[in-house]
Amino acid sequence: MTMTVETPPTAVAGDIMVDIEDVSLSFGGVRALVEVTVSQARGELLSVIGPNGAGKTCLFNCLTGVYHPQRGSITFRGRDGGSTEIVGRKPHRVNRLGIARTFQTSRLFNALTAFENVKIGIESRQHTGPVGAMLRLPRTRREEREGDARATQLLEFVGLRARANELANALPYGDRRRLEIARALGTNPQLLLLDEPAAGTNPAEKADLATLIRRVNNEIGVTVLLIEHDMGLVMSLAERIIVLNFGRVIASGTPAEVQRNPAVIEAYLGAPADDEDDGRTAADRTTDDGE
Amino acid sequence: MSVSTSTAVARIRSARHSSDVRRLFACVFGFLVLAVMTGPSGSNLAPTSGFTGSLLHPRVFVFIALGVALWAIITAQHRWGEAIKHASDHVTALPRRVMPDRRVRLAFYAVLLAVAIVGPLHVNAFWQDVLVDQIGIYVLLAIGLNVVVGYAGLLDLGYIAFYAIGAYSTAFWTGALPVHPPIVLNAFWAIPFAIATAMLSGVLIGAPTLRLRGDYLAIVTLGFGEIIQIVATNLQGVTGGAQGVIGIPHPAVNLLHVHYTWLIDPLPYYYLLLAFVVLGLIAYSFLEHSRVGRAWTAIREDEVAAESSGINVLKYKIMAFAIGASTSGFAGMLTASKISFIEPGDFTVQLSILILVLVIFGGMGSLLGAVVGAAFLQWFPWYLKEHPLFGFQPEDLYIYLGAILVLTMIFRPEGMIPSRRRKREIGLAEHGVGTADAMSSSQAPVS
Repeated sequence: MTMTVETPPTAVAGDIMVDIEDVSLSFGGVRALVEVTVSQARGELLSVIGPNGAGKTCLFNCLTGVYHPQRGSITFRGRDGGSTEIVGRKPHRVNRLGIARTFQTSRLFNALTAFENVKIGIESRQHTGPVGAMLRLPRTRREEREGDARATQLLEFVGLRARANELANALPYGDRRRLEIARALGTNPQLLLLDEPAAGTNPAEKADLATLIRRVNNEIGVTVLLIEHDMGLVMSLAERIIVLNFGRVIASGTPAEVQRNPAVIEAYLGAPADDEDDGRTAADRTTDDGE
Repeated sequence: MSVSTSTAVARIRSARHSSDVRRLFACVFGFLVLAVMTGPSGSNLAPTSGFTGSLLHPRVFVFIALGVALWAIITAQHRWGEAIKHASDHVTALPRRVMPDRRVRLAFYAVLLAVAIVGPLHVNAFWQDVLVDQIGIYVLLAIGLNVVVGYAGLLDLGYIAFYAIGAYSTAFWTGALPVHPPIVLNAFWAIPFAIATAMLSGVLIGAPTLRLRGDYLAIVTLGFGEIIQIVATNLQGVTGGAQGVIGIPHPAVNLLHVHYTWLIDPLPYYYLLLAFVVLGLIAYSFLEHSRVGRAWTAIREDEVAAESSGINVLKYKIMAFAIGASTSGFAGMLTASKISFIEPGDFTVQLSILILVLVIFGGMGSLLGAVVGAAFLQWFPWYLKEHPLFGFQPEDLYIYLGAILVLTMIFRPEGMIPSRRRKREIGLAEHGVGTADAMSSSQAPVS
């Protein structure tokens, strides 16, 4: 257990969905994550912040099965109540559990249309095999129709219906971000991990994105874990914030609490907070250090 | 200011000029080398006759002309590349614009099919044989490899191993091998066994090796192709060894009221082959536009994103490998039972490469491309054999195929009849987006 965690581990009482316990990950001598313990309640909109290189994306990669931490466990409790260990599972099997993600630099299927991108997400939950596909069996055709309908619905939800037939590569940055969210939603997740969704977007796109994330959380009921450098976005969206620095959780709490936390201010400014910092918080200053 | 600008322009112009000249020399030199390579061989009595016979002979002018022509094409591409590309896109888009309607397209395919059915009746026995042994079989092999290389983006250099497995398992089930099967079948009923054996070996080879990416997979499959051939040569007691297997029976059907035996006449084999090629084309085109085909595209484009979208990457790769393997195995079965003789020398790595060339030339990921590419490249040498041109010799075939492959990769990497997705991917890769190519490893963008 880390000594620096100031809020009690059970910050949010109730239905815990993800339980990251004592996770440590290192690459050779580099300690990317050190004894990280975080839990997230079902339906909660939790944000992970921290300076560049703090281990935020590493944490995502552990959560999605891309990296396997040397120590610790990550348990996921699905809607059906059963809890599953994530460490050691392959990415696609983690996705099957109901955890979907987007990437820091968007990784869309560039030569496919927006519609096809979303459909690939949806189809990972369908059952047609190669034989059914080659013979175009009734089930294949039914699934195809269902997939089309759902893809249209999801594109509508993220506001890209009009651009359904454009190539993913031709879409502007903000649209690419939203398309990635639509593709992830296609896999019907319970938990959505967003890795810097606002990076590289303009203020108008940012506002749209904030609305979209809130709707994903409220309307579809997806639990959201958000990595973001844009403090305005984080402070307005997150119910709770976890701060990482050098792979350790250095603080957690509500946006207001985190903004006042001296350890956070030190992590961002590299020096102990002094008197002249009264009016402004560290978080305000670091608004644009993304990318 | 204007003076310096004009000198700069002049300098650029002269630089371009000298690079043009250098390129002209390179092209002509390359074709002169080709002239020597394809010319007569020297002998002990006249050691230089290889050079004099090919360079001091009228045919040298043909090669010089070809060199100049290549130079002209390259230079034109450099100067007016965009305009040419635009114009050629216009031409290649023509069929699509003329045939936007599904019914028009179906009618076009129906006409093609009718030609494929009626055509062979009007050619002589030699060409009927070529149609089966050289064209039909290779078209089938090409559409199978297209699934592996074109759809799933896996560079398989040991594809012909499955062709060998299909052929040898046919020999086994028909009782032609030194080891005998539990029940001896005729070649027709050996079809499912040949396909299943090839598919199973595809899965067995694929499961451990398909975790590798790009170049590594290519090397492992290359090795596998070699191993199969060497095993067939050395396992004398099982495969008959280097002498091969003789007396594989022709296929025959005896079912209720249908009694038919394929003999040495090539035409019945042709129609059997045609039926399977057409079925294969329909099935694979459905496959391409299904959940499975899209999953392959996703894997080809970005494996990490595909995995995160819930796609079991390994499973889909094995699937593609197995489908390719079973197609190849079926082709092997047909060859074995038609010619009724097989030997390890029929299954060289060269043949794997040849089929890859057919697919790349036609257009990776494009079914029509694979068919047209295979049919054209397999037909042309035989045409030249009948109508000799500039002293072309069939033994030199691979030299020309190599040249065709290089030229295709330079001028039209998407192939003659490209698939729309593939063409987009290659276009994007040229602009540094993605690595959409079976030829590239997972990291560096092509170009």
